[in-house]
Amino acid sequence: MTSEFAVEMRDVVKRFITPEGNEMAAVDHVTMKIRNGEFFSMLGSSGCGKTTSLRMIAGFEWPTEGEVYIEGKAMGHTPPFQRKVNTVFQSYALFQHLTIYQNVAFGLEMENAKEDEIKKRVGRALDMVQLTGMDRRKPKQLSGGQQQRVALARALVKTPDVLLLDEPLGALDLKLRKEMQLELKALQQQLGITFIYVTHDQEEALTMSDRIAVMSKGKVQQMGTPVEVYERPANKFVADFIGESNFLEGKIKSLTRKEASVFIPGLNAEVTGMPISEGLAKGEEVVVSIRPEKVRLVEKGALKMNMFRGKVTNTVYIGADTHIYTEVHGVKLKVLEQNRISRLDPKSFYTVGQDVSLLLMPENTLVLKKD
Amino acid sequence: MNPHRRSPLVLVTAFFVYFFLYAPIIALVVYSFNASRANVKFEGFIPSFSERVVTEGSLVKSSPCGPFHWYCDLAKNREVIEAAKNTLTIAFTATTIATIIGTMAALALQRYDFKLKPFSQLSLYIPIVIPEIVMGIGILTLFSQVFGWMNNAFSLSGDSRWTMGLGTVIVSHIAFMVPFVTLVVQARLQGFDKSYEEAAMDLGANEWITFRRVTLPMILPGVLSGALLAFTLSLDDFVITFFTNGPGSTTLPIYVYGLLRRIITPQVNALSTVWILVVLAAVLLLQIVQGRESKQHS
Repeated sequence: MTSEFAVEMRDVVKRFITPEGNEMAAVDHVTMKIRNGEFFSMLGSSGCGKTTSLRMIAGFEWPTEGEVYIEGKAMGHTPPFQRKVNTVFQSYALFQHLTIYQNVAFGLEMENAKEDEIKKRVGRALDMVQLTGMDRRKPKQLSGGQQQRVALARALVKTPDVLLLDEPLGALDLKLRKEMQLELKALQQQLGITFIYVTHDQEEALTMSDRIAVMSKGKVQQMGTPVEVYERPANKFVADFIGESNFLEGKIKSLTRKEASVFIPGLNAEVTGMPISEGLAKGEEVVVSIRPEKVRLVEKGALKMNMFRGKVTNTVYIGADTHIYTEVHGVKLKVLEQNRISRLDPKSFYTVGQDVSLLLMPENTLVLKKD
Repeated sequence: MNPHRRSPLVLVTAFFVYFFLYAPIIALVVYSFNASRANVKFEGFIPSFSERVVTEGSLVKSSPCGPFHWYCDLAKNREVIEAAKNTLTIAFTATTIATIIGTMAALALQRYDFKLKPFSQLSLYIPIVIPEIVMGIGILTLFSQVFGWMNNAFSLSGDSRWTMGLGTVIVSHIAFMVPFVTLVVQARLQGFDKSYEEAAMDLGANEWITFRRVTLPMILPGVLSGALLAFTLSLDDFVITFFTNGPGSTTLPIYVYGLLRRIITPQVNALSTVWILVVLAAVLLLQIVQGRESKQHS
């Protein structure tokens, strides 16, 4: 390995001409450094530039500006067949006219590998994805999950430095998808190959990734470990996109080196002692963000700091959790409570119209810049 | 009442459709065994075999080939053999070239965006919608003009002069075939996902290998249907061939037309019957090939 980074995108811009004749930046000054052996995800909704970024690494598109490096080498206009990366396509793109064996062998034939070596490596690849004995079937004779595995085997048999995966589990049903998520992660750790994984499914990204790049409108909004992007979202977009958040608009009233107090006009109160991120100023309009599962509901007791009186407006029972919708002076706050005890007894449950107190623990709240 | 009961109207319609489709063909085949040389009325089959052909008025009484007299007659006709050879030469050559050009055009129209693309697409329909006779005259005018200039410019004379012949027929057939092939292949390409080609390139295949190993096999059914359509159009073509042929490039339709102007004997029917059998065999063959392929694919 010549470089610390398996793949690097330096200030990459990709512009397209829309059918109306306008120029649009699908990828807008993106810089990413993906380490060797890392499971790296690009996460975002459709049109955020994640797939275009992946396609530029694969070589199907070339950057308008900036440069893509693979193993430290600038790629320029290197065609896909000369890059040591392989792709698992969203549609699998299995060659329908070839058997499973021929599909997996295709890439090795292109390397002019010897026949007995091809046989050995294809066999091993099919064993790895648990498709032993399926080699003489045609892709259409396999189930969606099996086709997915063939696509994986076909890419991995080439022993690429980097495996690119473009929403590979999108077409599978939920249960199979969850199984495959864990399998993919295990496979990646076992092989030690760098995986670059594109998905719009935040849970998938959180489950598998070492690091995630959250993308929107062609830009990287935040890059970090799953814990970082969930617990310390860089801005309102990330806080909203990953998981759920309650947002309270307000103004910074006081600011120390570590903590901020924000006056929330809606609550007509101050939330104090919150940890701050960089670049905030006193008097600035900000958003206070708190995750539903981090709001504490207290039924009785005196009001303490950061505690507000409210009313339950609705409850939704969804098995493992209960969503409790509350209102504090007209400001809506969602609270999530785990059903640690059986909710069969209605007395153990919140009722609509019930008075409650909500505690926003400062260490669980975030002060974010307004977008 | 059973909702699936067929209405008598369906049966009547079906009868007429099949009648008008197949009755002429059956009549044509039956008349190829006609004992009557004039072939206006069916006078019964030629009853017996004999050393020599025995005729009585316009009736053939017996022949070495018996009822197949007209087929034997046909096989001895050098002009027919020559015309058949020409027809097949033209059809095979023109189909091969037109299929290559047409497929390339379809691929280009699918994957590239260029300024004149709407015009290119539209221009495909022109040879299909304009009357064949207009196209025939057009091609004739073009060839005679160009050949005139060439012969003058290089002061060619005698055998080295550029003249109408097999070459001009082949070129004009290619000209009217290409749009058909392109449209058929385009229809096939509609559902062709470019990720197949990207996958091949991703696995290390360059553009040419990608085309040969992935694109072509996947669009082959479309290419074959286009080629078959072009082939049958060429076998059938009369109008354009009429304007562009020359000495030594008489095709079967042109030959039959010539015969009809003189005398219609059952030989023409025999020729048509053989022709139908050949085309039928070709279509069946293609069906079998395609059937086997789609079975492999599903």
